[in-house]
Amino acid sequence: MQGSLSRDVIATVIVTAILLWIMPLLIGTYTLTVLVIYGMLGLSLGLIWGFGGILCFGQAAFFGLGAYTYAIAAINIGESTLPMILAVLVPAIFAALLGAMMFYGRLTDVYLGVITLVVTLILFKFMNSTAGPQYVIGNARMGGFNGIPGFQTLNVPGDPGAYIWGDAYFYVCAVALAIVFLLVSALLRSSFGRIAVGIRENETRMSLMGYDVRARKTVLFSTGAAIAGLAGALFANWGEIVTPNLFSLGQSAEIIIWCIVGGLGTRLGPILGAAGLAYVKFLLGQQHLIDNTLILGLILVLFVLFLPRGIVPALVSLWRISFGRRPLGRIHQARRSRNRERLHG
Amino acid sequence: MAEIVLETRALTMRFGGVTAADNVNFRLRARELRCLIGPNGAGKSTFFKCVTGLQTPTEGQVYMRGHDTTHWMPHQIASLGVGIKMQTPSVMDNLTVHENIWLAARRFHPPEEANRKTAEMIERLALGPIARNALGQLAHGERQRVELGLVAVGDPWLVLLDEPAAGMSAEDVERMTGIIHELNKTAAIVIVEHDMQFIRSIAEVVTVFHQGAVLMEDHVDRVMADPQVRNVYLGKKA
Amino acid sequence: MDLSFVILVEMLYAVASLILIGAGLAVVFGMMKVINLAHGEFMMMGGYATITAVGLGVNVFVAMLIIAPLIVGLIGLVVERLVIRHLYGRLVDTMLATWGLSLFFIGLTTMIFGNTTTGISTPIPGFAVGGYQINGYNFFIIVVAVLLLIGILAVLKTTRAGLIARGAMQRADMAATLGYSPDRIYMATFFCGSALSGLAGAVLAPLVGLVPTSGGAYIAKAFITVIAGGPSLVAGLLSSAGVFGVVSQVFTFAISPVIGEVALLIAAVILLRLLPQGITGRFFKGKL
Repeated sequence: MQGSLSRDVIATVIVTAILLWIMPLLIGTYTLTVLVIYGMLGLSLGLIWGFGGILCFGQAAFFGLGAYTYAIAAINIGESTLPMILAVLVPAIFAALLGAMMFYGRLTDVYLGVITLVVTLILFKFMNSTAGPQYVIGNARMGGFNGIPGFQTLNVPGDPGAYIWGDAYFYVCAVALAIVFLLVSALLRSSFGRIAVGIRENETRMSLMGYDVRARKTVLFSTGAAIAGLAGALFANWGEIVTPNLFSLGQSAEIIIWCIVGGLGTRLGPILGAAGLAYVKFLLGQQHLIDNTLILGLILVLFVLFLPRGIVPALVSLWRISFGRRPLGRIHQARRSRNRERLHG
Repeated sequence: MAEIVLETRALTMRFGGVTAADNVNFRLRARELRCLIGPNGAGKSTFFKCVTGLQTPTEGQVYMRGHDTTHWMPHQIASLGVGIKMQTPSVMDNLTVHENIWLAARRFHPPEEANRKTAEMIERLALGPIARNALGQLAHGERQRVELGLVAVGDPWLVLLDEPAAGMSAEDVERMTGIIHELNKTAAIVIVEHDMQFIRSIAEVVTVFHQGAVLMEDHVDRVMADPQVRNVYLGKKA
Repeated sequence: MDLSFVILVEMLYAVASLILIGAGLAVVFGMMKVINLAHGEFMMMGGYATITAVGLGVNVFVAMLIIAPLIVGLIGLVVERLVIRHLYGRLVDTMLATWGLSLFFIGLTTMIFGNTTTGISTPIPGFAVGGYQINGYNFFIIVVAVLLLIGILAVLKTTRAGLIARGAMQRADMAATLGYSPDRIYMATFFCGSALSGLAGAVLAPLVGLVPTSGGAYIAKAFITVIAGGPSLVAGLLSSAGVFGVVSQVFTFAISPVIGEVALLIAAVILLRLLPQGITGRFFKGKL
């Protein structure tokens, strides 16, 4: 890849600083916080799908797992630092096991979709059925469909009394997103990231070149889950309650829609797609003329039909056409286009 | 005699009731160049897939430099230093020529070294002018050449090529022949091929497959002159 | 004795309902390699069509067996023409687009019927076996499922359309070169698949309270039944519905209905891991 990481760092810091200054003037920080969290969740799927070609129908599972891990750990520990770490690790380990099972079984495409979707459903059903008093982890009652309220929210590390909330919490989330974004950028510039893109493009060729595709996909899948888990923990802190709805199919569908609309194979697309659509949904929620599920569905259908590469890549192409730099003609085509060719044959 | 780098013992592959490869005993020595020929369905490609790990033979063993690779995955075999090219061009279509070759070089070298190797290979294959183009935009012959570059950049000691000349122009074939000869200075090469002219120009020893089994193995001229071979294979074509 | 009879009926019923749930999706997937993620919503609309028709005074069996399949089939036809047809051969894209459609239909139904639970009572009374009460409607479901499978087999084996369909299932490109317009085959297939979804949704509607999001409960089961079944239409449906139905009922009786559902899903994951091509990808090869 051209360009350097240091340029990325500078650009990210500047853009983040400007957005941190301007956005709170336009939208309340409470709403902004959740947009930022969804941005991170979008990025988690954007990483594994857009750059690794792994279409996961159950990214919500890792999001929910992160949120529940945080809530349960926070109730038992009473301080937020370790629970935050656990909320990243537990989904990552879970995904590593699930991914190893799938990738070492050479499951692809549809089968991957079925299994990730089914696993999400299992978690959803299981969490919904944990209403009884026998479902307890330490001091935390699982609460079934009511979820778990009343856990320790984010505090300054080491000082359980110093809660981080309101505007301060927004800044914490935004900085967390910027850091995750930079880590993802670094990952994609590294050999590991470039090899992942190679695997997205042609698994067989990469394995004939000597790369262990199964292991690499598992690691990437687990990395995506770690990011989703972090987003889940931040969401738990924001909502101050976790419920089984975090695992719902609707949640998974939304993450996929964000990525498609924003643009696969880009880092910014899924973040912007997530924040943008979540905000649109928030605005739609304030009117009752048209059901907003209907609109989300329509958006997905129209994008798949007319702009399958998403907004960001389309804008990038437009920019290149208008400003005449020679097209670099590279990675920004997701796995989907390859499926298309393969199945046409 | 040079060391044996590839050997199969009684390699047999059955699909249901069909025996696609039947008790194949095959030996290849270091820096040898061998062509596998035979009519369609003779078992060349099945043999090729069993050797490269894309399929696991029903019976028999495959040895590479003394390792029993019979049940290995393709990536393990490739990691030994074996370069493999399948029949249809298999490349990373949305990546550039440079990125494609770099990915192959990176497997065996640290990043800086990979950069250098990639530049070298692009030079060697005369791909400079199109190095920044995505593979999807290139002509068939160019894609084949890039794929050969992917194989060569890993400095393999054994190269397995399935129909490298298929669908190429005379000029492309000539260039390819040059590359293969250069590779052959350091590597043993197995080529599955149909094109007799190409085989004459490149091979000395040829192994003829017929109905899953090895029919004969000899110098190309004697193979061409053999009445039995002409009957099963060449006769139908001439 | 009574208990084992009840358990047997419950198992047959579980298998039958999985067959019904999977049939529409299986036809569309088997013929067109399209995964219709709006399948659950097609079933949900079949349910609403039935309830609406019954509300208008139509006989409940006419509404379930004729009106609902027709209406949903027509909706399917429109969807095929407007959306699916542009995405043939793009498996993942069709999945995404139909997921979008599923949300669209949930929204649309919510706007029309509201977000409340509606339902109709089962038209067949229950009866007692020894000390146990059996829902008579369960037998109806079993009969419908059996007739449906026989019907599909009969159409595929004895009619000209069935022959073309079998050809297209094997090699769509060959069917096209023989002069059968794939466009029309696909259109007809999608209509039939949608109609089957509508039928299933209608027949199952009296057993569940219907809400616009009811489809979500079906889609995962349909999805795994079809994928785990593999390439053969009837044999695949029968074998995977058999496995999953029995597994879920065993755990339902042994522990609880929720665990039964979870067991079904876990069984699906294990089955797919062991047989990535589905049951009929390994066994019963070449059956319909």
